[in-house]
Amino acid sequence: MFNSHSTSKNHLAPILVDNISLELNNRLLINGISCQINAKGISVIMGPNGAGKSLFMRCLHGLATPNSGQIFYAEKPLSPDIQKQQSMVFQSPTILRRTVLANMLFVARQRGQLNPKTSIEYLAQVQLEHLAQHPARLLSGGEKQRLALARALITRPTILFLDEATSNLDPTSTETIEKNLQLVDQQGTKIILVTHDIGQAKRLADDVLFLNRGILTEHGPARSFFKSPASAAAKSYLAGQLVL
Amino acid sequence: MTIYSESFFAAFNLLATADKDLVEILYLSINVSLLSLALSCFLGLPIGAILAIRQFPMRNLLVGIFNAMMGLPPVVVGLLVYLHLSRSGPFGWLGLLYTPEAMIIAQMILITPIIIALSCQVLEDLNEDYKDFFSSLVVPKRTALVAYIVDARYSLLTVVLAGFGRAISEVGAVIIVGGNIDHLTRVMTTAIALETSKGELELALALGFILLGISLAVNFFAQWLKATAKRRAYV
Repeated sequence: MFNSHSTSKNHLAPILVDNISLELNNRLLINGISCQINAKGISVIMGPNGAGKSLFMRCLHGLATPNSGQIFYAEKPLSPDIQKQQSMVFQSPTILRRTVLANMLFVARQRGQLNPKTSIEYLAQVQLEHLAQHPARLLSGGEKQRLALARALITRPTILFLDEATSNLDPTSTETIEKNLQLVDQQGTKIILVTHDIGQAKRLADDVLFLNRGILTEHGPARSFFKSPASAAAKSYLAGQLVL
Repeated sequence: MTIYSESFFAAFNLLATADKDLVEILYLSINVSLLSLALSCFLGLPIGAILAIRQFPMRNLLVGIFNAMMGLPPVVVGLLVYLHLSRSGPFGWLGLLYTPEAMIIAQMILITPIIIALSCQVLEDLNEDYKDFFSSLVVPKRTALVAYIVDARYSLLTVVLAGFGRAISEVGAVIIVGGNIDHLTRVMTTAIALETSKGELELALALGFILLGISLAVNFFAQWLKATAKRRAYV
């Protein structure tokens, strides 16, 4: 059990996105998105391919800088100090060319945690402790993603970003990751998740942000989004139709 | 073909009897090469790493210059070092000409660009892989630099061995600045050149076999290292 995620740590909330736009190679990829994201719970970003979901998440985490607009965490603009209180799990996890445990220790040391026992505990949480001394790059896809999640969690983030972290994973690995997400959600960590998997969004989401062609077309509670989506694009998407 | 077999046996005989002159030449060759290599790595690896992970004005120009310098003609380097270390040169007062130190300086000038250019290439590829993760973690540049060097250790060892190969087989620069003085600055390559000019082809070839043996051993070791690292997924 993760023992460090207190329920009171929402000092980065609310997350306020103020009219951000991002253009790359003369293509407007994020088009004037404004929203306020809940302080707690799991927010899911959905939308068809090329909608700008991952890019929007990168903007939220500070890995991409909008051409205009700003993002505020508890009324403060995004800064390295705020970024240090966040973690991100990428679709293709970056695995350091070391053992599984050394991967954990590298991240833990960045946040001043020097006790290897803590790393082992986090590995146990994602069922990887038996592979602690194994070269990390020889893990399977699901194991790599679980390692990436453990590495993200050992930083004790206030906000956890996941960019399609379970795409291409088998149901067992997906279940392990989802269980861990629900656990850290209960312990107060804000989770923002990009997914294409409608089933997963239904299982996890408290609120949904639906993007299409760089525009935030809908943002609301998950239940009402899945029951009666307001935009035509979201309706088509949920119906499994092609959204062009 | 007899000259080859005779030379081969002569080389074997020199090694088997631990010929005093041969041992001295071998010791100096390896000593000069390893010292110049160590100094080149001390300078070259951090420069290669900085060029690989930092973006700054003139960076591409610098990378291009170091790439071009990998092909520096050794005799030109030897001549330039000679001019600087000769009595009338700016560093003549150091009295380094015709000493092993002068040979180390010349070899350093030849090897450092190789270490910089190749390590930059290796670390640039790793940076592509790691940069989002490190940005997300807000890893300080210095920590990132160390992490790159640690994680690319096997590939960088191959780079280092390439530098050693260049150093041990180099003749043009060391013969100019070392002077090929017996018991002082005579190394394998300059000894081969001398024996050839004296017509002692058997001995020259014997020394050549030993040099070739060292080169082959270094290359096989590099290959084995790379294969081992790949098998263990560390590259």
